[in-house]
Amino acid sequence: MLRLDPDNRARALLAAVVVGQLLLVSAQVGTHAGPSVLRTAVASTVTGLQEASWFLVGGLRGIFGGYVSLRGVRADNARLMQENRELKAQLQEARASAAGAESMRALLEMRPHLPWRTVGATVIAGSVSPDFRGVTIDRGPADGIRTDMPIVVPAGAVGRVVQATGGAATVQFVTDRSAAAAVRTERSLAEGIALGNGDGTLRFEYLSATADVQTDDLVVTSGLDGVYPVGLAVGRIVGIERAGTSFARVTIKPAVDFSRLDTVLVIVAPAPAQPPAPPAGVAR
Amino acid sequence: MKTLQIALLVIGSVLLQSLLTLLFGGAVFDLVLVAAVIVGLLYGRVAGLLAGAAGGMLQDALSGGILGLSGLGKSLVGYLAGLAGTQFIVTQAMPRGLVFLGATFLNAACFMGLSVLLGLRQYDGPFFEVAVQGFVNAGAGVLLFYALEQAPTLRARWNESLEFRRKRRR
Repeated sequence: MLRLDPDNRARALLAAVVVGQLLLVSAQVGTHAGPSVLRTAVASTVTGLQEASWFLVGGLRGIFGGYVSLRGVRADNARLMQENRELKAQLQEARASAAGAESMRALLEMRPHLPWRTVGATVIAGSVSPDFRGVTIDRGPADGIRTDMPIVVPAGAVGRVVQATGGAATVQFVTDRSAAAAVRTERSLAEGIALGNGDGTLRFEYLSATADVQTDDLVVTSGLDGVYPVGLAVGRIVGIERAGTSFARVTIKPAVDFSRLDTVLVIVAPAPAQPPAPPAGVAR
Repeated sequence: MKTLQIALLVIGSVLLQSLLTLLFGGAVFDLVLVAAVIVGLLYGRVAGLLAGAAGGMLQDALSGGILGLSGLGKSLVGYLAGLAGTQFIVTQAMPRGLVFLGATFLNAACFMGLSVLLGLRQYDGPFFEVAVQGFVNAGAGVLLFYALEQAPTLRARWNESLEFRRKRRR
């Protein structure tokens, strides 16, 4: 039997891991198969841990807040401070509920006006890699969530579901480097593709050289990609660079503030025959 | 015990990365890369290789990306960090910081190279972005490394102080 010294064994393992991963990568490129068993198992397990850790952090923040507010308390005014602490806690609770209710109310106000069937979801985890712009939501296949379903908030399009396993789903933002959406300007109906730049902005590509685009034009989804429905606000044009007669770079600032996402709506079913009028955030 | 510590470090880095990203609305650092380098430096190249592969796989699985894309660079980084730990003296903050910085550039080259090769992403002058990530990773890595090294000493001191209090009460 072949015996390897530790140096060669380590090199052989390195070669095996590198080749194994290259084979794994090449096996997935170009296939549109559903999530693999490995992916499903890993995602289901770690998503549970992520949800638990987010819950734990929420609790710790509450405890820390309580500790900070109680520092320096003297024994003789303990009763007053106790009352004060309780009131502060109530105030914090009320503020947190008000903030949550505000975002929830915005979604609820938006929901009856939407021409699509939607499911509300809460964000439970952020991105696990700086190369990926997205979040994890607490709704999964059991709630009817499938891959490629669009995610919206009152301000506009957030992104799409790229993976749904167990009781959670991974959402890719429209600003992610590998994200793309068919779009058009609301004013002139100039069509193209919005691609994520990975730095929080998007770029408007495949624009016709004769297209009429101006700074501050609202860019909305055109529905041509079969993922996003027509009319979701994507963002506004903030920069136009020309190279001769064609466009060199058209930059879009997203309509959604991705750093403040806590609740979102997942569009689970397409528009009925005659949709009602949309709200202000959703231009149609 | 060693395997458990490595597993905890890798899973902990994944959870911390997602938590901090959610708390701050984005992140420029890669704690999984930091964990792979630390494992490589502390436990050797094979452990670094496996930690990098596992951490990268977790990142890919949780972000819905292609499995192995993040793992490839991190495996190499973990292995080379382990090798650097045996070939060079990396006990001071500066050399350690340089290892983290180099690891970030190598990982970015692997990830971006593969992504561009497969037509998954486009990059428009990513040097500045990678450099920023490298410096943040270096800072986080040096601090985390210091904390991990000091943990046994702090635990011993804590135990000593507990023992001292117990004796005083008696």
